Amino acid sequence: MTTTVQTPTGAAQTMVLNMGPQHPSTHGVLRVLLEVDGETVVKAQPDIGYLHTGIEKSCESKTYSQVITLTDRLDYLAPLSNNLCYVLAVEKLLQLEPPPRARYTRILLTELTRIASHLVWLGTHAIDLGAMSVFLYCFREREEILKIFEMFAGQRMMTSYFRIGGLAAEPPAGWEDRVARFVETFPSRIQEYEDLLTRNRIWLGRTQGVGYIDPKMALAVGVSGPSLRGSGVPYDVRKMFPYAGYEEFDFDMVVRKEGDVYARYLCRVAEMRESLKIVKQAMPRIPSEGPIRADAPGIVPPQREKMKTEMEALIYHFKIFTEGFSPPVGEVYQAIESPRGELGFYLCSDGTPKPWRVKVRAPSFVNLQALPKFVAGKMIADVVASIGTIDIVLGEIDR
Amino acid sequence: MGEPESQDHAVVRALRGYDPASVAEVIEFRGELTIVVPRAHLRRACELLAVEPDLQFTFLSDITGVDRFPLEPRFEMNYHLVSLARRERLRLKVRAPSSDPVVDSVTPVWDGANWHEREIFDLFGVRFDGHPELRRILMPENWEGHPLRKDYPVEGYR
Repeated sequence: MTTTVQTPTGAAQTMVLNMGPQHPSTHGVLRVLLEVDGETVVKAQPDIGYLHTGIEKSCESKTYSQVITLTDRLDYLAPLSNNLCYVLAVEKLLQLEPPPRARYTRILLTELTRIASHLVWLGTHAIDLGAMSVFLYCFREREEILKIFEMFAGQRMMTSYFRIGGLAAEPPAGWEDRVARFVETFPSRIQEYEDLLTRNRIWLGRTQGVGYIDPKMALAVGVSGPSLRGSGVPYDVRKMFPYAGYEEFDFDMVVRKEGDVYARYLCRVAEMRESLKIVKQAMPRIPSEGPIRADAPGIVPPQREKMKTEMEALIYHFKIFTEGFSPPVGEVYQAIESPRGELGFYLCSDGTPKPWRVKVRAPSFVNLQALPKFVAGKMIADVVASIGTIDIVLGEIDR
Repeated sequence: MGEPESQDHAVVRALRGYDPASVAEVIEFRGELTIVVPRAHLRRACELLAVEPDLQFTFLSDITGVDRFPLEPRFEMNYHLVSLARRERLRLKVRAPSSDPVVDSVTPVWDGANWHEREIFDLFGVRFDGHPELRRILMPENWEGHPLRKDYPVEGYR
């Protein structure tokens, strides 16, 4: 029921309500201008840019290797996905192939990233809708993943672990046990979240039939990731345009037909199980010995030992860190499936050591664009569920 | 210039079939196909690519602006399209000179172009003809200048 206030002239009276940028359910600094008619949203207008830091502009004055550190700061819940996408783009430009040890380690870690990111989404989404305890459980497991990242990269969040041509450092001793322990316990943990939510009456009431995303509209806007697959469109970059060796792995693309908040919830939970499957397959494939970086003098920094014995290695090391390397003139676009959808890096090289242009195709930026289209005509309380369900990260929206 | 095989590509053929003048140049680099489209043909070419049953480039990934300063035509818009039916990617490229930085909006073709075009307007100062609400998106409304232009200093104006 809409409660319309009639003015003497007979025109409906609406009110503008300002949601954010400091609203806790907006996941960062998103501001949404809501035009409401009673409790019903007539029009929603996202206002972004509060976190704009000019990362794309900064990239233009950094060398190709230095840009990696900036990519961590885009989608800060999935830094390794950003690292991967950027290094793949540069490797495409240079036609560089990382050795198997680096390739499988990358897949292992990006899939763990997907789980960690989905855990943050699930926890915060549940807290938005009033389920407090799920948040605590999710963060408990995410902490385990962050500890694995810390083992590998020395950093919990701003990892910068993937480098052009390979990895930043050797995989640490004992990582297998740590990951194996996580892989062993995690399925029962997913079951715990599902026990708390999947058949919870309140959860169903808040999510089923709410925030319906029409597949046609979603495609026209360019929505990607679980938000698109929850509406029945089978588009996963890992399956459609395989990269980094995903074609060798056996996993399913999760698609739900319903298109509501609940369907996207089921999608992401099932995706965590699929990611776990990939992690399990990747573990035995990572060789325990062998190079972690491609053999490309002048582009990939030489090994320490070689620098002490070989003059060329020392020269290359000096050149890489003082002026960088110059890829051929040209442009490439590399897309990967980040936890939020199609993440793309467009690189334009003018043949100098610094990229002429770096563009980030941020999945959250495009997904957020669909928000006004599916909250119009719904209740204010559903706006909170709708913002949560498209899983946005303002770091990559504003860049 | 493109190699003979890329000239043969189904998408290129379809565009040439609609109007030979709509393909100015075909570039193939690192396995990616780029078609340079003259400015006047952009909207029609996009409509064809999106609607044609054999092509179905229904998914607009991204629009990227590039500033080629000091070269002319200075601005370059790259449209990254995906055809889910053909499992193909395509890049359309349109150029605009600094004296007249205007291109047709493709928002009527793909709804999602709206914010991408606003972003390019905001950061490059390129205008899009026929856009429903062309205003800044990332920078404050009263900002002066367009930060991603090459003649805009990295530290900003102080």
